Amino acid sequence: MAWQKLCPLEEIPALGARVVAHVEGDIAVFRAAGDAVFALIDACPHKGGPLSQGIVHGHKVTCPLHGWNIELDSGRACAPDEGCARRYPVRIEEGEVWLDV
Amino acid sequence: MQKQKLVMVGNGMAGVKTLEELLKHAPDRYDITVFGAEPHGNYNRILLSPVLAGEMTLPDIMLNDLDWYRDNGITLHAGRKVVEINRARRIVRADDGTEAHYDRLLLATGSVPFILPVPGKDLPGVIAYRDIADTEAMIDAARNHRHAVVIGAGLLGLEAANGLVLRGMEVSVIHLGGWIMERQLDKLAADLLQASLEAKGMKFHLSAQTAELVAGESGRVGAVRLKDGTLIAADLVVMAAGIRPSTALAESTKLHCERGIVVSDTLQTITDPRIYAVGECANHRGIAYGLVAPLFDQAKVCANHLAGFGIGRYQGSVTSTKLKVTGVDVFSAGDFQGGEGCDEIVLHDRAGGVYKKLVLKDDKLAGAVMVGDTADGAWYFQLVREGKVVTELRDHLMFGQSFAQSQLGDAGHQGQSQAALLPDTAEICGCNGVCKGTIVKAIQEHGLFSLDEVRKHTKASSSCGSCTGLVEQILASTVGGAYQAVDKHAKAVCGCTEHNHGEVRAAIREQKLLTIPAVMKALEWKTPNGCATCRPALNYYLISTWPHEAEDDPQSRFINERAHANIQKDGTYSVVPRMWGGLTTPDELRAIAAAAEKYKVPTVKVTGGQRIDLLGVKKADLPAIWADLNAAGMVSGHAYGKSLRTVKTCVGMEHCRFGTQLAMDLGVKLEKMLFGMWSPHKVKLAVSGCPRNCAESGIKDVGIIGVDSGYELYVAGNGGIKTEVAQFFCKVGSDEEVMEYSGAFLQLYREEAYYLERTVHYIERVGLEHAKKLVVEDAANRKALYERLLFALRDAPDPWAEQQAAPLARHYKTIPLNLDDKGGLHGLAETVSA
Repeated sequence: MAWQKLCPLEEIPALGARVVAHVEGDIAVFRAAGDAVFALIDACPHKGGPLSQGIVHGHKVTCPLHGWNIELDSGRACAPDEGCARRYPVRIEEGEVWLDV
Repeated sequence: MQKQKLVMVGNGMAGVKTLEELLKHAPDRYDITVFGAEPHGNYNRILLSPVLAGEMTLPDIMLNDLDWYRDNGITLHAGRKVVEINRARRIVRADDGTEAHYDRLLLATGSVPFILPVPGKDLPGVIAYRDIADTEAMIDAARNHRHAVVIGAGLLGLEAANGLVLRGMEVSVIHLGGWIMERQLDKLAADLLQASLEAKGMKFHLSAQTAELVAGESGRVGAVRLKDGTLIAADLVVMAAGIRPSTALAESTKLHCERGIVVSDTLQTITDPRIYAVGECANHRGIAYGLVAPLFDQAKVCANHLAGFGIGRYQGSVTSTKLKVTGVDVFSAGDFQGGEGCDEIVLHDRAGGVYKKLVLKDDKLAGAVMVGDTADGAWYFQLVREGKVVTELRDHLMFGQSFAQSQLGDAGHQGQSQAALLPDTAEICGCNGVCKGTIVKAIQEHGLFSLDEVRKHTKASSSCGSCTGLVEQILASTVGGAYQAVDKHAKAVCGCTEHNHGEVRAAIREQKLLTIPAVMKALEWKTPNGCATCRPALNYYLISTWPHEAEDDPQSRFINERAHANIQKDGTYSVVPRMWGGLTTPDELRAIAAAAEKYKVPTVKVTGGQRIDLLGVKKADLPAIWADLNAAGMVSGHAYGKSLRTVKTCVGMEHCRFGTQLAMDLGVKLEKMLFGMWSPHKVKLAVSGCPRNCAESGIKDVGIIGVDSGYELYVAGNGGIKTEVAQFFCKVGSDEEVMEYSGAFLQLYREEAYYLERTVHYIERVGLEHAKKLVVEDAANRKALYERLLFALRDAPDPWAEQQAAPLARHYKTIPLNLDDKGGLHGLAETVSA
């Protein structure tokens, strides 16, 4: 694991996400309300839908394929759905987004 | 922060629902203590009748068992009745001396049965019918005794009588009124119901007044004496002569009561704002509700206030008297008595045990009463509640929804009424593969009461919605009268707001709101930035109401409209270039072929809308493939959007020996006019050059059929999940008129429809006459609509060209990580710029 500088925060759309290419599978880096950033594996626990492409609201994202809601901070699916997407540590430093992979 | 103390008196359905809602909003705000007079958790009181009848057992009807209270940290004093409230010291005290201090107090004391003030009312064997103890007493009496008398032939009385008959007792029903259930049924319906109950062995004494309950030899009740002297043997007497809101406790602490504890729109008592009341004990704007649905509405508002949000208001509920007397189907709604100014349609089959009466007033259904066959009750109730004009349906109304709608070109997919008969293995929701057993199990295990809850837990009816009718019936047959269908048009947009689609549209128009945050602020949205349901709707309402002014927010659009391509199940996209009217050229085909090879497109398919689909394109390749297609003169086909999709054409008079009009030419003109049109849902058009209709104009949102003298316009067709034949709209003479009438109709749809409402559903809601009046009959209005459409579509850009430019193109690229030779990471990732 090592911290990697990704991009300036403003290159991630507000209430949106960008995809980071990673050998273990794409990682979705989200910019939620209040510029809170989160990173999850870019695969919904349901059927592997790309979470990075979903609508971000509050600290949740809705998967574009079948509408599961995933909590960005825990990676857990909201009830009554069950499942979990892997989390990655992410932070902002001097306007740059850093990811620990 | 120290937790506040919330005490609830009463442990029934309305109160516990309030706690459930409160725990959802603010799980840590209160230390909660509950006093319940009964020694149980919370159960579904409505299902006591099936328990009495032996169709269910007590565990089946528990909604919240004791574990639930423990898991949620709630202190439950079950079996302890609160006898005193000291408002000055904010303390409640139970009959065993238990005390609890409160910061907020919630009264949910429900109602008490009305006990006739006759001699002998306190004898052993005389009970009311209200709770588990009464039910057990009846079951016990049925084991050891023979004769039962039920006083009161209302719903509750008849259910008690029915249960006792099924348990082998000889049951007589005494009723003061001239016919049974006189508040819910007219005389003919009541007679029919009475006949079927008599056939089961029940005896009736109508217009009969109880004088005295006479003790038998054992000291237990032995007989009932009527005013006219008749003596009826009775080892068990069940008083079911009505209920009263339980207000004794509230009155003793000087809370204002008047047929219930009087509460405001926030469910606070008007005497003491620290004290709330919900459920059957509360009187809101003069009404004490007895049905579950309004009580649950109250619970939601009350919980919202207790959670400290303070924005919800309870403004009363529209209720129906939808009933089900165990064993015999009975339904009534609205004004079913008729009278002056009303028409009645009656079907009376005495031998067959079926009676139906529909009452019509001013071309609308005012009420309905039915016995024996109530399959269409929900439909009639919907017509009553929505106040829909039924002139067109009138001839077929009596024969029910599927027949009436089949006469209007509706194939009737909803499959009403059969739900209860289906086996558990029957598939209900084809989209999500959910069978009946799964739905019933979810309803019972999770205590579900609404369609939305069933959708969330099982996914049934959450996709295409064509099984909604069936799911509603399963819900109704599983939870009994606790289920009440909600009016889907009056329903809030989503959980983020109290407002429905119509109210949101009106506010955006009237207050000239231009951004999503502005709408959320003006309408007091409950969530900071909405959800995946409301944001796309708001975005559409903004850009359609204020074109060129409102801000289009891509982050509030579904991915397809954000990426201008259609997402596939593996996360790749499909790319469909526009082919105006389905026409293409060798150069365009060459460019498409080249792009397919260059970007290794795995599948190339001809679509139903007469164009070519390139499936399996990676997101990162989208801007480049668009650039190549743009270079060959092609633009986005919007095959992904809630927008104009295609205008399908036949070859028309240009080539066809039957053609009467230039279908291809008109199709291209229409498609060019409507390019870039966002709409509540997708919109498809077709132009056929003659009535042979090769372009399938009959199943399009707007279908045009050329005839010798001009064009026929059809609207609100749909070839999707449920095929809907388009309805004849008008006939016009020239191409210009086709453009104007079609454009005006589509603009009306864009302005009035709710998000995700296809033209067919929009027209079903507002009526075809409404659209004809505003588009066909009113020339000035038609021109104004058309002008507004052209204004909105002015300079519509090609989204493909827009997306290739910085900074938008950035969003299609992935951010790379730097890897060293061993596959590990080193250094910093490059920042990515457009």
